[in-house]
Amino acid sequence: MATIELRQVEKRFGDLQAVKPMDLTIHDGEFVVLLGPSGCGKTTTLRMISGLETVTGGTILLDGRNVTWLHPSERDIAFVFQFFALYPHMTVRQNIAFPLQAQGESHEAIEKRVDEVVELLEIGHLLDMRPGKLSGGDQQRVALARALVRRPAAFLMDEPLGALDADFRETMRAEIKRLHIVQNATTVYVTHDQVEAMAMADRIVVMSEAEIQQVGTPAEVYHKPANLFVARFIGSPGMNLVRGHYADGVVHMPGADNHYSVPPDWRRVLDETFGGEGEVIVGFRPEAAIVSDEGTLAGQVYASDLHGAYTMLHVNMNEHDIIHIRSDRLVLHPIGTPVRFDINPEMVRFFDPRTEKAISREVGQ
Amino acid sequence: MSSVKQATATGADTRLQSHRHLSDRAIQNIFIWPTLILLIAFNVFPLFYSLYLGFTDYSAIARQAPVWVGFENFRSILNDEQLWEYFATTGRYAVASVGLQTLLGFGLAMLVREKFKGSGVITTLILVPMMISPVVVGLFWKLMYNPTFGYFNYLLGFTNPATAPDWLGSRWGGQAVPGLALWAVVIVDVWMWSPFVMLLVLSGLNAIPEYLYEAAVIDRASSWFQFWRITLPQVAPLLLIAILFRTIEAFKSFDLVMGMTGGGPGTQTELIAVNLYRQAFLGQWRTGRSSALAYIILIIIIAVSNLYIKYLNQMRGEG
Ligand SMILES: Nc1ncnc2c1ncn2[C@@H]1O[C@H](COP(=O)(O)OP(=O)(O)O)[C@@H](O)[C@H]1O
Ligand SMILES: [Mg+2]
Repeated sequence: MATIELRQVEKRFGDLQAVKPMDLTIHDGEFVVLLGPSGCGKTTTLRMISGLETVTGGTILLDGRNVTWLHPSERDIAFVFQFFALYPHMTVRQNIAFPLQAQGESHEAIEKRVDEVVELLEIGHLLDMRPGKLSGGDQQRVALARALVRRPAAFLMDEPLGALDADFRETMRAEIKRLHIVQNATTVYVTHDQVEAMAMADRIVVMSEAEIQQVGTPAEVYHKPANLFVARFIGSPGMNLVRGHYADGVVHMPGADNHYSVPPDWRRVLDETFGGEGEVIVGFRPEAAIVSDEGTLAGQVYASDLHGAYTMLHVNMNEHDIIHIRSDRLVLHPIGTPVRFDINPEMVRFFDPRTEKAISREVGQ
Repeated sequence: MSSVKQATATGADTRLQSHRHLSDRAIQNIFIWPTLILLIAFNVFPLFYSLYLGFTDYSAIARQAPVWVGFENFRSILNDEQLWEYFATTGRYAVASVGLQTLLGFGLAMLVREKFKGSGVITTLILVPMMISPVVVGLFWKLMYNPTFGYFNYLLGFTNPATAPDWLGSRWGGQAVPGLALWAVVIVDVWMWSPFVMLLVLSGLNAIPEYLYEAAVIDRASSWFQFWRITLPQVAPLLLIAILFRTIEAFKSFDLVMGMTGGGPGTQTELIAVNLYRQAFLGQWRTGRSSALAYIILIIIIAVSNLYIKYLNQMRGEG
């Protein structure tokens, strides 16, 4: 078990800055997900932690020990590769035993440990097969077994479910989560799928453009996104973001009488931020909009999709903004009809368009 | 615009039509038959004719038709202890030569795999010996080995011809050293054909995906362990093919030895193929008997190859 600490860790490939200086602490036993779009530097970060890639700046600490310049084999970290990277010429059993044999453990000890791991992952029937003959899911189980067998201090997983069929991903997701609970080993998990991240993470590290955008629990990044990128990236659909002009406790949005009265506890903060008035972006999740005939905001139904438990309304507030509202599936809203709604005052967020950052309600911000 | 299109269309049509009197089948026949006739005349017929001659008493220079003698040639060859001696020499030669080529070729491939400045040029230079005609190589090394002015002894540090080894003469400092000449031939064969092994192994090495080594590093395997458990098994099929080719060639080895020693001194480098040539042509002209011998060599080569191929398939089947 281990604590992983990154201090100002960065990576350049020539002129390309793959990871900008980054600070991050991953606690013992934590399941941390690096989440971000493709190319944002997730894999590079993971490879630097493992030692497969050298850093071009900064320090990596494992349990307080400086491992920045140690070889991967001296870090006691397991890595589950995106495309499994099993040894094709060995049987499943040989693959799993490989890390133990490499350490020169006794035959009996290896046998015993392999059996334990095999039982944990329920892959006993595959032991004499070669990886090439296995399904993607089974290959992934074997890769996990090979990572587990050595009892490493930490696990790094690079999009381990990326190569699997969609319907199989959910099963494997649960399996990995269960393994984490059983083993309670520090895990850093990379994905570009925010649903996966929300479902699995203790904490999510949202990355974009080689930088950390926000670190927080799934609830935090969902409800309190630190900036516009996180607000858009998390959730499907993402947060509704409507631009308007703030003055005297009211946001004037484009479109016929869409004047949004800011909740009283936000008023002072916004006044302070904008020095009385200015451009602001109002953000709210689809489920924060409450449809009612007395609603202060208005729009026209543009489309609606039935999602079983609820209906997702796509509402045209004005010529720029289509927003998404989660509404009761029993109330019908034909396309083209007007709809009125309010925003749950607990769930509204404000962003400063100049910085793209969230405006914080906390004093002194 | 449409008229232009039409014009090109009719052009294509007439061109097609001008070929139309030749059907696809006719074109096939034009290409296939000459090849087939050549193959039959120069491969298939000699193959079967020599098999037939193996069962006859016949000399190509005697004005006498082949006389059927049944298995007599085969019986006499298999009972000829002198010939078994040559087979044994060939075996020793093949084992030493192929063994050293494999080791050296593998080592060279491992070296050249590392990309360093000039590695491309060095790879090309290493391949040069393989491209020279064996007869030229033989003559060239004959000079290299010359005890008086040869460069080889000089490179080894011998400057006095009286105490230096006479490689092709199997003598050293006035003493006979049997086997020296065979080793001399082995050295040249290794010099010439290690690059071939290197080439095949290199393509095998380059085909090993990098991620296997990354996985191995994560699994804390030492370089040594990686070599034995990943590199070697991964190139094994290609290595085995290289060994198979070289083994077959070693059993058929003729031109190099002929150019360097002609089988001597005595019969020290009399490989079976050299002896075959001697029986078939040099002064003896025993066409019937040498045909039989050729077939025996062929059978041995096929048997050895089959062993390799079986092993190779076994490895593939597991992989
Ligand atoms: N070995 C490399 N050489 C050069 N550029 C690289 C290398 N590896 C990654 N990159 C670049 O670094 C950036 C981040 O890549 P990566 O960490 O793989 O992103 P992600 O895993 O988030 O998709 C990308 O622009 C990628 O092209
Ligand atoms: Mg990646």
